[in-house]
Amino acid sequence: MASVQLERVSKRFGSTHVIDEVSLSIDHGEFVVFVGPSGCGKSTLLRLIAGLESISDGDLMIGDKRVNELSPQERGVGMVFQSYALYPHMSVYENMAFGLKLGKASSESVAERVKETARILQLEALLERKPKALSGGQRQRVAMGRAIAREPDILLFDEPLSNLDASLRVQMRNEIARLHGRLGSTIVYVTHDQVEAMTLADKIVVLNKGHIEQVGSPRTLYERPASKFVASFIGSPSMNFLEGTCRSTDARETRVELKALGEVVLPYGVDSNAVGSPITLGIRPEHLTPVQATGSDAFEVINVEYLGNECCVYVDSDAEQFLTCRVEADTSIARNDTVSLRIDTAQAHLFDEHGQALVRAQDSA
Amino acid sequence: MTLTHLKRAVLKLGFWLMVITLVVYATFPFYYAVVTSLKPSSEMFKVGYWIDSVDWSNYVAVLSQKAFVQSIANSVIVALSVVAIALLLGLTAAYALGRVRFKGRTRVMMLVLGVSMFPQVAVLSGLFEVIRVLDLYNSPGGLILSYTIFTLPFTVWVLTTFMRQLPDELEEAAIMDGASPWVTLTKVFMPLLWPAMATTGLLAFIAAWNEFLFALTFTLTDSERTVPVAIALISGGSQYELPWGPIMAASVIVTVPLVILVLIFQRRIVSGLTAGAVKG
Repeated sequence: MASVQLERVSKRFGSTHVIDEVSLSIDHGEFVVFVGPSGCGKSTLLRLIAGLESISDGDLMIGDKRVNELSPQERGVGMVFQSYALYPHMSVYENMAFGLKLGKASSESVAERVKETARILQLEALLERKPKALSGGQRQRVAMGRAIAREPDILLFDEPLSNLDASLRVQMRNEIARLHGRLGSTIVYVTHDQVEAMTLADKIVVLNKGHIEQVGSPRTLYERPASKFVASFIGSPSMNFLEGTCRSTDARETRVELKALGEVVLPYGVDSNAVGSPITLGIRPEHLTPVQATGSDAFEVINVEYLGNECCVYVDSDAEQFLTCRVEADTSIARNDTVSLRIDTAQAHLFDEHGQALVRAQDSA
Repeated sequence: MTLTHLKRAVLKLGFWLMVITLVVYATFPFYYAVVTSLKPSSEMFKVGYWIDSVDWSNYVAVLSQKAFVQSIANSVIVALSVVAIALLLGLTAAYALGRVRFKGRTRVMMLVLGVSMFPQVAVLSGLFEVIRVLDLYNSPGGLILSYTIFTLPFTVWVLTTFMRQLPDELEEAAIMDGASPWVTLTKVFMPLLWPAMATTGLLAFIAAWNEFLFALTFTLTDSERTVPVAIALISGGSQYELPWGPIMAASVIVTVPLVILVLIFQRRIVSGLTAGAVKG
């Protein structure tokens, strides 16, 4: 069991910086998820920790040991691959025993460890089968079994669920969560699926173009995104953004003039330097309520999506993109209606022109 | 209605005619060798396409020659050694060329391909000197060395192509399990490369088994000859007599092992060759 420390870690392929001076600390037993759009470097970062790629600059510490030059096995890490990468010619038992045998364990202890692992993952009945005779979920479990059989201090998952269908994905997600509870090992998990990130993580690391955008608990990321990028990446349907200008701010409230919705008063103060400059207001779909139009500020409803438990209402605005509202399933709003929009101002976020969040006065105090 | 029926029948007939032509074209020489080898010498020059009676005298005559039996043994030793060496070197080279990223990898591949383009005759005299210097003249070692030179490029190319198709994650999984490159190659890749190894191994075996020019040049005595040379040098009672019967019997004897090998590995070869062809 061990913690992981990254200190100004960089990775270059030729002249491209794939990972640019990333510093991060992962506590012992923590479940950390790397998310980001494709090409953001999340898989590369994982492979740097695994030891499959060499680190160009910076230090990687596991426990209190610098491990930059150590092999994966010496680092005490186990990895689950996206395509599972099971050895096709070996049975489930042999797949899980391969690493143990190479570690020069005695054959009794190999058998014991494999049996124990199989019991944890409910693979006991499948030990003699070849991978091709297994279903996707079973292969996934074998891949996990192979990674945990050697009892590594740190488990790495590289988009492990992306090859599974939706229902199996939910099931395996829960199994991974349960596994983490049972083993208590440190887990680093890479995904592009923010639902996986939100549901599994103790701590989410949002990566963008090789650097960290924000690190925090799922709640922090959802409720206090540090940048427009994080705000738009976390949450589905994603956050609405409205252009405008900051008119005034004091300790208790901020007035902004929005191009589409006119003046809005937010019940919190921000940095006074923002006054007079262009800002972006971000509002999540569930905090934007359409009501039947009464006054002049009316918008046309483009589409209503019925999802069973709720409806998504898409509203045409003057902004580049239409606005999304999340409403009760039994809404009376229909396509082509005209509506006006109510913002839950306490839940609105403000971003400056560089996309950085304007910190609320209450939060910084 | 009847017209389409007729058309279909004609097409089918044409198809089977083509198949029969092809089969006859490919197998007739060997078939005629079998037929001839089973005739007693008195009937040797009577033209006949069917096996009327079986006469083993030619086989007895060939197999009772000690030198011929020795040459079969030599051929087996040489061919198996060539296969073993070519596969060992080919696999390890393919691992480097297919898996390890290094500068000039493509150039090395081109060089390997280029080597295989030399005609045998062009290197014959140079190779002769090499073999003399290494003191391998008139020994199986000289043949093993020279055949390996010509089978290796092909082996390396085919195995490299296969090696590249194996998913990267498989190798990475082995690395995570703590496997050294040698263990990864032998325990993880080799079992998956069996079809390719069977294909290339068999082709190397056939090449070594059939080779004539080097075998003629680099051996001197009967005891060191391989089968193709031994057959060519079978002579009759006088210089005006060619003992067709024993020659045919010997040809059949040396062809049979190849046919059996191909039949055994048939499926593997097909899957091996096509798998190599689709993605290169």
